Amino acid sequence: MTPVDLRRTLRWGSLAGAVMVFTCAVGLFEAFEDRLLVYPFLSLGHVLLLWFIPLAGYQATNEPVLEGMEAPSKGLHNVMAGLVAGLAGGFLTGVFTVVVDAFDVRDVFVRLSVRLVDLLTHGWGVPGGLVLIVGVPALLGMAGGMLHLVSASVRRRLILALEWALVMALLEQVFSQVLRQLRLGAVGNIIFTRRALEWWAALVIAALVVLLAERTRGGMGRVKGYLFAADAVRRTRNSIWSALAVLAFLIILPQLLGSLLSELLANVGLFLLMGLGLNIVVGLAGMLDLGYVAFFAVGAYTVGVLTSPISPRFDLEWSWWAALPVAILMSVVAGVLVGTPVIRMRGDYLAIVTLGFGEIVRILFLSDWLAPVFGGAQGVRNVPGIPVGVTEVRGSQPVGVLYFAFGLVLVAAWVSWALQESRLGRAWTAIREDETVAAAMGINVVRAKLNAFIVGAILAGLGGALFAAKVGSIFPSSFELLVSIIVLVVVIVGGMGNIPGVAVGAVLLIGVLGGPTQPGLLAEFAEFKLLIYGALLVFMMLRKPEGLLPSVRRSRELRGEELSQDAWLDRSSGDVEVDARPAGG
Amino acid sequence: MDTFLWIVRVGAIILLIWGVAGTVVQGLSGRGPTGEAWRDLVVAGIAQGAMYGLIALGYSMVYGVLGFINFAHGEVFMSGGMVGFFVANYLWEVGLWETNFVLAILLVLLSSILTSTLVAVIVERIAYRPLRASPRLIPLITSIGISFFLQYTFAGLFGVAVKNYPPPPDSLRSRISLLGLEIEGSKLLVIVVAVATMVGLYLFVEKTRTGRSIRAVAEDKEIAALMGIDVNRTIVATFAVGGAMAGVAGTLWALLFRGVSFITGFLPGIKAFTAAVLGGIGNLPGAMAGGVLLGLFEGVGPQLVLAGFGIPGVSQLKDVVAFTALVLVLIFKPTGLFGERLSAEDRA
Amino acid sequence: MLEIGGLHKSFGGVHALAGVDLRVDEGEVVSVIGPNGAGKTSFFNVVTGLYPPDGGDIMFEGRSIVGLESSEITEAGIARTFQNVRLFLNMTVLENVMVAQHCRTRAGAFRAVLRTPFLRREEAEIEARAKEILAFFGTRLVGYRFDQPALSLSYANRRRLEIARAMATRPKLLLLDEPVAGMNPRETAELTGLIRKLRDERGLTVVVIEHDMRVVRDVSDRVIVLDHGTKIAEGSYDEVSSDEAVIEAYLGRPAEVG
Repeated sequence: MTPVDLRRTLRWGSLAGAVMVFTCAVGLFEAFEDRLLVYPFLSLGHVLLLWFIPLAGYQATNEPVLEGMEAPSKGLHNVMAGLVAGLAGGFLTGVFTVVVDAFDVRDVFVRLSVRLVDLLTHGWGVPGGLVLIVGVPALLGMAGGMLHLVSASVRRRLILALEWALVMALLEQVFSQVLRQLRLGAVGNIIFTRRALEWWAALVIAALVVLLAERTRGGMGRVKGYLFAADAVRRTRNSIWSALAVLAFLIILPQLLGSLLSELLANVGLFLLMGLGLNIVVGLAGMLDLGYVAFFAVGAYTVGVLTSPISPRFDLEWSWWAALPVAILMSVVAGVLVGTPVIRMRGDYLAIVTLGFGEIVRILFLSDWLAPVFGGAQGVRNVPGIPVGVTEVRGSQPVGVLYFAFGLVLVAAWVSWALQESRLGRAWTAIREDETVAAAMGINVVRAKLNAFIVGAILAGLGGALFAAKVGSIFPSSFELLVSIIVLVVVIVGGMGNIPGVAVGAVLLIGVLGGPTQPGLLAEFAEFKLLIYGALLVFMMLRKPEGLLPSVRRSRELRGEELSQDAWLDRSSGDVEVDARPAGG
Repeated sequence: MDTFLWIVRVGAIILLIWGVAGTVVQGLSGRGPTGEAWRDLVVAGIAQGAMYGLIALGYSMVYGVLGFINFAHGEVFMSGGMVGFFVANYLWEVGLWETNFVLAILLVLLSSILTSTLVAVIVERIAYRPLRASPRLIPLITSIGISFFLQYTFAGLFGVAVKNYPPPPDSLRSRISLLGLEIEGSKLLVIVVAVATMVGLYLFVEKTRTGRSIRAVAEDKEIAALMGIDVNRTIVATFAVGGAMAGVAGTLWALLFRGVSFITGFLPGIKAFTAAVLGGIGNLPGAMAGGVLLGLFEGVGPQLVLAGFGIPGVSQLKDVVAFTALVLVLIFKPTGLFGERLSAEDRA
Repeated sequence: MLEIGGLHKSFGGVHALAGVDLRVDEGEVVSVIGPNGAGKTSFFNVVTGLYPPDGGDIMFEGRSIVGLESSEITEAGIARTFQNVRLFLNMTVLENVMVAQHCRTRAGAFRAVLRTPFLRREEAEIEARAKEILAFFGTRLVGYRFDQPALSLSYANRRRLEIARAMATRPKLLLLDEPVAGMNPRETAELTGLIRKLRDERGLTVVVIEHDMRVVRDVSDRVIVLDHGTKIAEGSYDEVSSDEAVIEAYLGRPAEVG
């Protein structure tokens, strides 16, 4: 029997304890304690509190298997290590609870209240509830350790089942809405109780996932085979069909979602539009632009000032369509003005300087000096919607906004793709790889980068124009640095340099967590949104800098690996495995 | 391209002269601020700049050693001021703050330094150490993530309200006459503490073993390692020292402006980075000088230049002046006014 | 074609080039040799605009190219390879050669987005030309290799691809920095033939930096010897190899003269 590496185990255990204490101390646990996920016993707070424990229990004995070495045998020691790790985590949390209970530290740590102790101990008070605080993590840690005992495929299915059940419970709103639209509202009423999944429904879903997991994997392979058929003609035909299918899906989707979810998705579209623009600057041309919000603001303000009937200075009342070319023009001007000086800088200086430009633009829009034109802190109000035929696209009709945003996103995606597959796109790649050599091969580096900057600015300006018509009134506070950062996170989490990646990032982040001021599906996260964004950014940089859906080239660059000839061949012939780590990780 | 830069250069100079001339004309016709008002602006600028300088040291040292912008350094600064508040508040409640202000402020400084150092070191261990070999934008993006994470962790832990430090004793609130100049006591305190800290740091870097290691690692990590220097420990020391400086700045900031909240770190952080670049990144005396210069720019600049154009509400544009300074410095003198000190690999 | 007078370049007190005068005529293959640190690569770097010279003049086809951006120099008709092979490793073989045609093509962002007929024609031409250039190296870089990333290539193939990339910029003057370094004798012989073919079939003027004296002997119309940043000898291979100054410069390194 392999001895348990006690130091390693305790390290994972205390890490788990630290996560639990942190969750309590910043208020995450308390805030989501009453948001049930699985009726009647599991709340989102519990999940946030405990998710790390099984992982720690698993990791405590998860040795990397080196080639040529005998794989360590599995057995009781895995379970024991998991138990010990869980116990350690629980013990730390227990100590924390006792301290919070004994001393009143609420004046300093605002979240450490009597109620927190109550919730942690399940109302059993301090000596009694400690059994729970130590016991539950111990069991979960043990469960994590037990995962070693089953085969890899079973493990994967179990984790997938857990993920599905949790995701369904978390996104109850979407599922019941879709079911309602499909006239299946009754089903929704049966499986969901008080926004949570019924415990038996959770079990059924988990069981279904376990049974069907392998089948869908085969299905994924077929889809891949269909999309990336070896024969070029068939590939083209297949990709046209699938593009049409996606389009049809997008057209039907708003009808299924209803106005509340359409509103969320419209925000996704808006940020996807900007994400695609930033992707050109960051992902393709390799410039870390932290002042992207400046172009967004320029587009929004231009449209606002030109179209609003109560615009502070002008009295033009143009239509949105007439203002659009001006907005694009102003974005180009802004792109040139910001881009020209910064392009020759070192990459990290460029990041800070663009950030500076972003702040300058916001402060100027806010200032008394320019208030006669831009309204200062009062902003520009009553921006009309976008006239389309007989109707008008405006914020009060989110479905219309959604369609319109989709249209713009398609344009942006086309622009990104067309540029990527062109002379300019190749030049950007070359510059990213080796700027000196690119110049020596006849590429005008400054001009190529400026082009990227301008295209990025135009797409952001377009986003701004849409934003102005959508929200109807614009204030400087909508254009904080945060917008730039969140668009950047969307691009990075999704996968730099990859259009579908950016789309995934936008849906996951903006749709679920929400934008800087826009609520997402989990609107209750609002208070903790930026905490999560920050943590996500760090996590991605440490673990998957190439993003969830990476472009092959970019991931090679970012990992800095130089694969040998054979390794590359192996990788290209086999299916590239999607990393199937437990969610959250 | 070069033509564009020339236009910017000439344009900036013309605008500068025009603005100053406008202000002088206003001053002569008796409409501008009085001489005393100007003096207050200068003193306030220097005090603010001294704090920028202290924070800038952290940016400069980390950049010198690891070659990336530690964007989260502003939050390291904030964490010191934040924890310092609770100590200060406690001391106020027990009465020590009033009876023995010097001891109280030393205790607050100590707690602030400890917190900032701890935060800086933990961040290095968790987030930056695994990324040593990555392309340089990766740690920068990571540090942006850390920055937000720390901000909202502090918001979660201590609440979002602004924490108001207890008022300093009357002696500090009144003006103190120094060499014929009347200076507000708290600002004088800030300047004195900042200068003392700076001298301490200078001696540390020049005279101690650890200081020499830091310089050697900044010069060339591999050779330093060959010379028997523990590079990891030295990098931790760099973060610790930078964090300590930021901690001092955190307390001083809170004393001067009387308030700390979880977003306090952001703007001073960016500005301190500007100061570090202004003074030449990697150059420690340069960072301090850059800080004071930047403080003066943004303290006096809006009144001196912008008011000359008849722009209303110039004090709102303080940050614009600072950021414009950053942009102009990076365009025309990216190596800083006093020369950067970087190893060849970090300069590339 | 290329006329250089009094070229100076120093790096922190080290005079890499201390007054070099030389000329290269159209249709010549000229070798530049010299011991390590003689300033050969610095010479290439200054000519191609990677570093500005401290003094002296560089005339290309009667026009001074001092102070031009390196992309402008390439556009004027000078292309180069690098001593330490600097390919765009994550781009495919074909893309490496396509991207080098940047300065000879025009379609900008607008045309790319609108996919105009002009752009499609140009793209097709770029691709056809890239394939044609790669075919110059026989079967090594064609077929399935087109779509492989450059990092999957062997060392010798990387050197070949780098030459192909330089050819794609449609130069009049090609600067090759140690093109056979690291190659085995068979590959070396083949590349020597290719260099001659570059001149004879493609009408290029070639300047080669080389340490392998057999290659120098086989390809050069003229040999220029640099030492300590100055030209110490010039002439045919036979003249130079018997030159007193050259032998002295190489003393202690007889293996390299051999």
